[in-house]
Amino acid sequence: MTALPPTAQDQAGFVVELEQFSGPLDLLLHLIREDEVDITDLPIAKIADQFLAVINELGLNQAADYLEMAARLLRIKAQMLLPRRVGDDEWEDPRAALVRRVLEYQQIRELVEWLAAAAARRAEQFGRGFAPEPPAPPPAPLVIDLNDLLAAAERVIALIPEPVLHRVVPRPLDVEGATERIQALLAERAAFGWGDIVGARATLVDVLSAFIALLELAKRGSLHVHQEGPFAPIQIRRESAREAR
Amino acid sequence: MSPLAKLVEAALFASARPLTVEEIQTLDPQAGAAAVRAALVEIRDAFATGDHGVELVEIAQGWQVLTRREYAEAIDRAQFALRPRRLSPAALETLAIIAYRQPVGRLEVDEIRGVDSGAVIEKLSERGLVEIVTRGEGLGRPLLYGTTPQFLEILGLKDLDELPRLDELSVALRPPAPAEPE
Repeated sequence: MTALPPTAQDQAGFVVELEQFSGPLDLLLHLIREDEVDITDLPIAKIADQFLAVINELGLNQAADYLEMAARLLRIKAQMLLPRRVGDDEWEDPRAALVRRVLEYQQIRELVEWLAAAAARRAEQFGRGFAPEPPAPPPAPLVIDLNDLLAAAERVIALIPEPVLHRVVPRPLDVEGATERIQALLAERAAFGWGDIVGARATLVDVLSAFIALLELAKRGSLHVHQEGPFAPIQIRRESAREAR
Repeated sequence: MSPLAKLVEAALFASARPLTVEEIQTLDPQAGAAAVRAALVEIRDAFATGDHGVELVEIAQGWQVLTRREYAEAIDRAQFALRPRRLSPAALETLAIIAYRQPVGRLEVDEIRGVDSGAVIEKLSERGLVEIVTRGEGLGRPLLYGTTPQFLEILGLKDLDELPRLDELSVALRPPAPAEPE
């Protein structure tokens, strides 16, 4: 097949002519109808040549689907030319699959005509129209007095609350001190309670410092923390198996 | 007309699309399906016998009030209503294949049409004429498409059974004849 180099004119023609046929099968069916040949005994050589001619003429040579069909036709044409033994039962007509496809496609074309007629008939009747809501009109240009504008600005400024200032006081947790206290207790006693660490009048910062120190020491394996249940007194035991680093 | 028939007529007038019997039933909890059907027949007969410009039509598994065919030209010319856009041959081919083979995947449509149909299916899906109904069992579990009530509506069909049966077509596709001679 000799593909013509695509030119701008070819490109334009390509788009227009492609719409004339909905696909390679449509073009094939068109050629078959034009020649008034029997589909089941397709003169494949003739049809293949015509197909190629149309592709070249219309500049369809860029459409992969058409090219694929062209290749298929050429292959069948070649297969038909191969010599075969007389009375060979194994021989299957290479056109059979193509013929089935064209027949199937022809049936679809008939359905298309039926559907198009049904749609055209339906289009003769109108239902109640549904008018979408009209778009909101554009806002009118702003006409405003300078005094009004200033008064409005004052009202808005009056609404702004006084900024609330916070003083941030550094109150670092004394984790080191708490750790030292717990370690002192550990050296003294094998087991003690939470109350022994923080004392009776502990501040929030003391409690937090002691708790973090406790968790840290438990993590290091210096001690064992035990609580019977939620809100039960925390019991601390010296961990003898693993010593702190 | 019966009070129910008048209520149903009002609902049909208000609706821009066909209403199914089930939908109409929600108007009146006491009305059964049989009563609604009777009311619909009453309205249809009232339009038919009373010299009206509209008629009640059974369409897309529902009912809709439509203008009579003889006024299509005049309404169209005056541009009071727009006719739906015509479907392209490619769109109709694809619709035909999906209607008859549903649920059907894109590959099968491509195969029958002999051309890539992805864009066409996409457009039909946008127009609400086909939709994904399920996924296939095969490789990659392909999306399978089917037709929608909107498809029936644009063709003026009650249901899919109104499509011509394949063996009624002049080009009936039959399985290949057995090779053995009788």
